[in-house]
Amino acid sequence: MDLAFSPEETAFRHEISAWIRDNLPAGWGTPEFKEPKTFEERLEFSRAWEKRLAEAGWAGISWPKDYGGRGTTLMDQIIFHEEMAAARAPQIFINFVGINLAGPTIMAHGSEQQKKRYLPKILDMSEVWCQGFSEPNAGSDLANVQTKAVLDGDNFIVNGQKIWTSFAHVADWCLLLCRTDSSVAKHKGLSYLLVDMHSAGIEPRPLKQITGEAEFDEVFFTDVRVPRAQLLGEMNMGWTYANTTLANERGPAFLAHQIRFRNSLNDLFDSAKRTMRDGVPVAEHPAFRDRLARAYAEVEIMRYIGYRLVTSILRNGRPGVEGSIAKLYWSEMVRRFQETSIAIAGLGGMLDDEDGFDGGKWNRGFSMSFAQTIAAGSSEIQKNIISERVLGMPRGEVWAPKPKEKV
Amino acid sequence: MDFDFSADQYGLRDEARRFLEKQCPVSHVREFLDDKAGWSRDLWKQMADLGWMALPFPEQYGGLGQSFLDLVLLLGELGRSLAPVPFLSSVAMAGQVILAHGSEEQRARLLPGIASGDRIAALAVSEQPQGFGGTSIDMHPTQDGDTWHLNGEKKYVLDAPAADLFVVAACVGDQNRWFVVEEGARVTPQTTYDPTRGAGSVSFDDAVADPLEAPFLFPGLQLATAAVCAEMIGAAEKILDMTVEYSKQREQFGRPIGSFQAIKHKCAEMATELEAARAAAYYACWAVASGAEDAALSSHIAKSYCSDQLAHLAGEGVQGHGGIAFTWEHDMHLYLKRIKTAQVFLGDGPYHRERIARIVGL
Ligand SMILES: Cc1cc2nc3c(=O)[nH]c(=O)nc-3n(C[C@H](O)[C@H](O)[C@H](O)COP(=O)(O)OP(=O)(O)OC[C@H]3O[C@@H](n4cnc5c(N)ncnc54)[C@H](O)[C@@H]3O)c2cc1C
Repeated sequence: MDLAFSPEETAFRHEISAWIRDNLPAGWGTPEFKEPKTFEERLEFSRAWEKRLAEAGWAGISWPKDYGGRGTTLMDQIIFHEEMAAARAPQIFINFVGINLAGPTIMAHGSEQQKKRYLPKILDMSEVWCQGFSEPNAGSDLANVQTKAVLDGDNFIVNGQKIWTSFAHVADWCLLLCRTDSSVAKHKGLSYLLVDMHSAGIEPRPLKQITGEAEFDEVFFTDVRVPRAQLLGEMNMGWTYANTTLANERGPAFLAHQIRFRNSLNDLFDSAKRTMRDGVPVAEHPAFRDRLARAYAEVEIMRYIGYRLVTSILRNGRPGVEGSIAKLYWSEMVRRFQETSIAIAGLGGMLDDEDGFDGGKWNRGFSMSFAQTIAAGSSEIQKNIISERVLGMPRGEVWAPKPKEKV
Repeated sequence: MDFDFSADQYGLRDEARRFLEKQCPVSHVREFLDDKAGWSRDLWKQMADLGWMALPFPEQYGGLGQSFLDLVLLLGELGRSLAPVPFLSSVAMAGQVILAHGSEEQRARLLPGIASGDRIAALAVSEQPQGFGGTSIDMHPTQDGDTWHLNGEKKYVLDAPAADLFVVAACVGDQNRWFVVEEGARVTPQTTYDPTRGAGSVSFDDAVADPLEAPFLFPGLQLATAAVCAEMIGAAEKILDMTVEYSKQREQFGRPIGSFQAIKHKCAEMATELEAARAAAYYACWAVASGAEDAALSSHIAKSYCSDQLAHLAGEGVQGHGGIAFTWEHDMHLYLKRIKTAQVFLGDGPYHRERIARIVGL
């Protein structure tokens, strides 16, 4: 057991932190900086920032050099995330799906030609990706995907509907999970297509979210032609590939989130020190003090869990089912954290935005926290996975509709 | 980055598990339940033969030259088997305090007996039920030339009935530090909630006390705290194992209760609490053993989380068993009591969270 970083890793840390310091968007982090507010503003801002990161070669740190990456280690990638967060640099936003989901999935299952075609364009930010998995009737029960792809000569013809597809209306490409065989068990008839979002017949409609902004969409597919060459891996193996995507969604990006939460924690502590309650700062009020210290402990423990996860990847080559335990811990922790934050506001929590406590930042955080326990496999689904695959408990519950009574 | 134990450390764990399953089944633990001062001298002797007590001490003090980290999984196994021996107190707490704070002369005098198992040391900190450490220590030694004397009473001293050597926290001026009392301590064994363990009060009447050289409670107290967490992990693992196992066997409504989602999700939550507790406990063990910057903070994080979350886990373990766990016959209550006792020992959740709050500047 040794949690120290090597001299090479430390040198890399200095290199990246110096780069970040010199390259942060002008005015970033100063009180004068006008944070992008609407989705459009954030989009424009993050395109510029993420492009700058990409040009300096920070986008695919652990990706092979052949595909435009740096070809270094997972540890370097983690250090990059840590330094980005420590410097409070803007988070990866628009390219999140590309770098964290599309890239690793294509690397794991794509043909050489596909890797050469798609990966460099993710890294240089010239193509943005979205994840077309969920449907109105296939959420937690993802294997129930009904969007159909029928082979017609050299093309698939795709029909159906996706929902909750983050960034669909700005994406160039989509990781599309669709049904290619309805005659077999539901998870055996799925295929994984790489779909050009500019194809005829695709219509994304933005959905306004809990925060009032539209970050995700419902997406309609009507007779969309997808060249056969854009099938990932083999026909009807989509479920396996989808699980790679999901494992990455629950993987190492984790540690970056942790440090972001440490930043939020510092902000929250500042808030708690300058907000008075019953004549004393909230930070000195025993009930709140205990909750704040608990939040601190829980955020730190997330770092330790992240280190254990990374160790398991380094030792065994890939994240195991422990990813589900980490995901459950962290999502539930985020929910508790945001409840504690908004509690500090007291009645201030009744108001939002410019009238709100700390500009409504904790209200937004609270609303957003539900994404953690719902998306990327809800907490309940993680508990199913943990109980069945980690603890070996019996699968599934038997349920049958009540027999209709005879009249 | 390598945040896991080595193959050797896992090897020792496996060996310890096999040994304890054979030599220390719960039936053996139960032989001592009714005896306030009872503990297994037999088992202790066999453990000494295996060299376990010598493990974490340098060779010049009769040890095997391994580190505190090599103790961590072993402590877990002792927790898992509820072994009725004073290993935690003597080797992992008091022994480590002497190693960390003692002068060369003090270590050479005290450690060989502990490392061979011939002497048993206990850590005496608390004097009152509420609060812990800091200002709750009100024992003030008196100095007479070069000799110090202790008066007063320490309470809640784990393994006091087995011990012949006490490492005592006392206050000189406004500084708490460790004293060693080799003779003249009067032990009153007390009835413990966790019947697998002995504890008692220890009173001193002008007992000669030798101040350990390094004049603080830290890092000794952190080492002891991390050790308690490491032991709790083992007991908690066993609770989860028992609960999952039982849920696969016990049938109600014509199916294993482990097929009910309420039970499955309970177990998944327990597994998650356990993994987080492990991460916290092992991190603290590493941090205190290697003198990391965040050693103090991490020990408070670990103990606050283990205290409250593992106590929750233990309660869920009882719940998952139903009526059978309410019997004296079933072993679950022994584990519940083990964890509930450890929850408050060396500071409960609120105490450690208050320490966190101070360290992080709240
Ligand atoms: C912010 C956000 C962004 C998202 N982005 C994307 C995206 O980019 N691409 C994409 O494909 N999807 C995306 N999703 C969709 C997300 O993956 C789904 O919302 C999620 O899988 C849950 O599906 P559902 O919404 O249909 O809820 P349901 O599956 O209907 O679940 C409703 C409730 O029932 C519970 N439940 C369901 N099944 C079980 C069971 N077997 N046992 C116990 N409880 C159960 C759930 O836990 C939940 O509490 C996003 C979601 C959010 C919130």
